[in-house]
Amino acid sequence: MDFINQHIQEIYFVIFCVFIGIEVISNVPAILHTPLMSGANAISGVILVGAIIVMLKVPEDDYLNLTLGGIAVFLGTLNISGGFFVTGRMLKMFSPKKENSK
Amino acid sequence: MQAIIEIGYLLATLSFLGGLKFMSSPKNAKTGNLIAASGMTLAVVITFISAVTETVPYTNLIILFLAIAVGTVVGKRLSDKVEMTGMPQLVSLFNATGGGCAMLLGLVEANQMDAATAILGNKILLISGLITGAVALTGSIIAERKLAGKVKDRRTKLVIFSARFLLLLMFLLPGLYFIGFIPVEFTVFMYILAVIAMVYGVLFVLPIGGADMPVVISLLNSITGIATAFAGFVYGNKVMIAGGIFVGAAGILLTLLMCKAMNRSLMKVLAGTFKKSKGGAVEEEQ
Repeated sequence: MDFINQHIQEIYFVIFCVFIGIEVISNVPAILHTPLMSGANAISGVILVGAIIVMLKVPEDDYLNLTLGGIAVFLGTLNISGGFFVTGRMLKMFSPKKENSK
Repeated sequence: MQAIIEIGYLLATLSFLGGLKFMSSPKNAKTGNLIAASGMTLAVVITFISAVTETVPYTNLIILFLAIAVGTVVGKRLSDKVEMTGMPQLVSLFNATGGGCAMLLGLVEANQMDAATAILGNKILLISGLITGAVALTGSIIAERKLAGKVKDRRTKLVIFSARFLLLLMFLLPGLYFIGFIPVEFTVFMYILAVIAMVYGVLFVLPIGGADMPVVISLLNSITGIATAFAGFVYGNKVMIAGGIFVGAAGILLTLLMCKAMNRSLMKVLAGTFKKSKGGAVEEEQ
């Protein structure tokens, strides 16, 4: 019960986010499925924020965690940059005329 | 200062939302991508400004910048070089990196935290993030290999049985651990779970037909989103929670839409193993 009292805001937040997330893409045409998937994938790269936070907390002489954290930051950045660039490239293929006829 | 940080995070969250919205209409899709990308940059910069202090050692900063620089360059290179037909593979690969990031984050955080004093809720969140991240990591890699035609479907009874067994294990073990049945250190336990989840990710995707891979990638993508949200709870970081949940929810809807477009039911695609894992992940979050 305590937990619920303390975290009621977060619970509301999550529930609203779920519905907004569903609502916002509910009208996507089939042609955009793949770019949207790629774009969403890039957005999930926001995990990099967590990786940066943890990376700045690791002690200087903790080599194992520095390595793991460094790899995490690298992977997160790769997710973001690659995700957005690849989405951009996919979207370049769509010329506006083609879409209007859809 | 705090207010600026909060506003920055709010703007980033809104940009994800706007990005997703624009990306789902053909006319504005490019703008949407741009909006989401700039929001992401904002989130990263804000995080950096808020987290960096004079006490942060130089080694960490150097590694951090190096990792970000290399990651950006490699990401750009990979996406520039890829053939048009190879794009789904690349998306899958990038999804794997997101999952891997979530998994490593769980491990490092577990190494860092004082296991004796840490509250149970945080441990559960770390475990959930670790498992979802690890499943997304190996699952996406196998999906990528399958799209590339390097891995064949394996629908033997053994694979399906062991996948279910491991799935059960991933729910049982944390329970047993918290009751006190498994007398190992928390960090060691995390490594064990990571291995189990990675094996599960492989077995989860192996039986699924190669033609269904886009659906599976979308599903794994939403799992990465959920992993991000779990990590966001650990740090109490709203932009991570919001971004993760948006991707998680939108990803699942997108998965269903893709199934519909292909005229197949998700259950058929996944041979019935999906529902359990999703329900469990949500339960653990509470």
